Amino acid sequence: MQEIQKDIYKIEMVELLPVIMEKKNDMWRLVQICCAFVDGNYEITYSFATGYEISNYRLVVAKDEPVPSISRVYKSAILYENEMRELFGLDVEYIKVDYHDKLYRINEETPFLKKEEK
Amino acid sequence: MPKRSIVPFGPQHPVLPEPVHLDLVMEDEKVIEAIPSIGYVHRGLESLVQKKDFNEMVYVTERICGICSFMHGMGYCSAVEQIMDVQVPRRAEYLRTIWAEMSRLHSHLLWLGLLADAFGFEALFMQSWRLREKILDMFEISTGGRVIFSVNKIGGVLKDMPADMLSSFVSILNDMERDLRETTQIFMDDYTVKSRLVGVGILTEEDAIRRGAVGPMMRASGIEVDMRKTGYAAYNDLDFQIITSKDCDSFARCQVRIGEIFQSIELIRQAVAKIPDTEISVPVKGFPKGEAYVRFEQPRGEAFYYVRANGSKFLDRMRVRTPTFANLPALSQILQGCQYGDVPLLILTIDPCISCTER
Amino acid sequence: MPQFLGFAKTVMKNLFSKPVTTSYPAEPKVYPERSRGHVEINIADCIMCGMCMRSCPPGAIEVKRNENTWSINRFDCVQCGYCVEKCPKKCLSIVPGYQTPDSKKYVDTVTKPVVEQPAAAKPAAAPAAKPAATAKSADAETKAVAEAAKPVAAETKPAAEAAPKAAE
Repeated sequence: MQEIQKDIYKIEMVELLPVIMEKKNDMWRLVQICCAFVDGNYEITYSFATGYEISNYRLVVAKDEPVPSISRVYKSAILYENEMRELFGLDVEYIKVDYHDKLYRINEETPFLKKEEK
Repeated sequence: MPKRSIVPFGPQHPVLPEPVHLDLVMEDEKVIEAIPSIGYVHRGLESLVQKKDFNEMVYVTERICGICSFMHGMGYCSAVEQIMDVQVPRRAEYLRTIWAEMSRLHSHLLWLGLLADAFGFEALFMQSWRLREKILDMFEISTGGRVIFSVNKIGGVLKDMPADMLSSFVSILNDMERDLRETTQIFMDDYTVKSRLVGVGILTEEDAIRRGAVGPMMRASGIEVDMRKTGYAAYNDLDFQIITSKDCDSFARCQVRIGEIFQSIELIRQAVAKIPDTEISVPVKGFPKGEAYVRFEQPRGEAFYYVRANGSKFLDRMRVRTPTFANLPALSQILQGCQYGDVPLLILTIDPCISCTER
Repeated sequence: MPQFLGFAKTVMKNLFSKPVTTSYPAEPKVYPERSRGHVEINIADCIMCGMCMRSCPPGAIEVKRNENTWSINRFDCVQCGYCVEKCPKKCLSIVPGYQTPDSKKYVDTVTKPVVEQPAAAKPAAAPAAKPAATAKSADAETKAVAEAAKPVAAETKPAAEAAPKAAE
């Protein structure tokens, strides 16, 4: 885990679940999950907060790499994960309530990726 | 096991001005589970960053929502200002605070009206909206728009409010406060209102954290968190107490919001008294490079803006996590175990703003 | 019982106070000074730089430098005022008066007068076209350009030239 900016930490895939469990046990709430597609990789930022403290954990995954869902630990992650998968085409595995790319009723597939990135 | 059935709720429903759909798993009249689903009016405004430059995006973000439009513009501007290391003049921050508090007043009054309408109290609905109208007029006088204000820009604000305008607003608010006390008294004391709200839709403190509820939803569950205390804009100069309630039910949410209405009036008074006389904007040169996130308190709760810029005039990514998006999981929690007749009311107690959610 | 007394007061007040609504068509709505109704141009000051066209978020403005025209689709305009802010000559302004609804979208075009000839502009069917400039200079210009309907801008130069002529 390394701090890239104030309160933004870069984590590896193996660190993801321990971090999530630690936050859950400390009663932090999930603020948001943000996905961005930068230089051919997905950057997923998990933000947690308690009181006025906030911590963001950034996971960088390759384009075809699957990401485990955290929706079984944090139920509110369901919407964020479905959103990421639908808009960016990120492969999130085993979401608790799977909307099958129909959270937003749009026709286009992965609209937030530019054409050349698809 | 009794027979279960699934009842669809929405997207068209008398209490819903905007489309949201819920699949309610019912056991007789009792809701066992509620699965929200959105996406009827998804606009994809976040992806417009690839087509509109970062200055034009101010006007796009304002159009995310029709109620807290000012605050969306303000949140986006402060995120970009943070990346570009721009120090906004103090007067601009005060003006932003005043407009933001007026938005909060306007939003909470709108909500009170809708709530009264949801439990069938038409007269109260009209009284709340009558008062709200004065705030819209104040917006029109000061910014030129009633819904979309277009006064934010990166580096400050576009329009100033002269001293006589500010003092006239304070006197309007002073008069309004009297009327407000009368109207909100009905919400707090009336037997019919209480019979619909007290003890309905319990969201415990633990559930609020686990489901990631924000704003008045969270404060009504006894969690003392208000992003205004982080001191963005001019809030660090103003003195206020966070309004919370320990009751965790729909009535508590109503109480918290009514408390915030009077708090907003008090904050505007304080801001008008303390407003410094400086410039209202600073020129901004160059393009942003880097990333920043901003959290701020909208009427419906904490909003999260994340902006990532690459040094060109188009941003890489803009992310808006709106309060209603965070409150939807909490909604499905409070719907569990409620009566079918209370469903429309409970949807309203989270103060849903679907156009925010479908940004 | 006290809660009923409070409400009775409201009822009595509502019965005997004058309505909060206005009698709209009889009493026209007065827009405040800052009301953002529509964009207006003082074409004489325009330098055809095209900043407004490039900055317009919905892309409602079109500037044709070779034809000396500035046009706006008022149905696409969102009255954000970004063009007004960007204009280097400050010849754009946003004034009260909303676009009236119509069954068809149309584009309002304003032609910039050519410098050699006296100023003449073809004002569009703008809902609130600027009142014509001083009648004297307008008179001289209408002779020069037969088609000119309503000259928008009065340039001081031709007016000044006209004055000594009149003296002779």
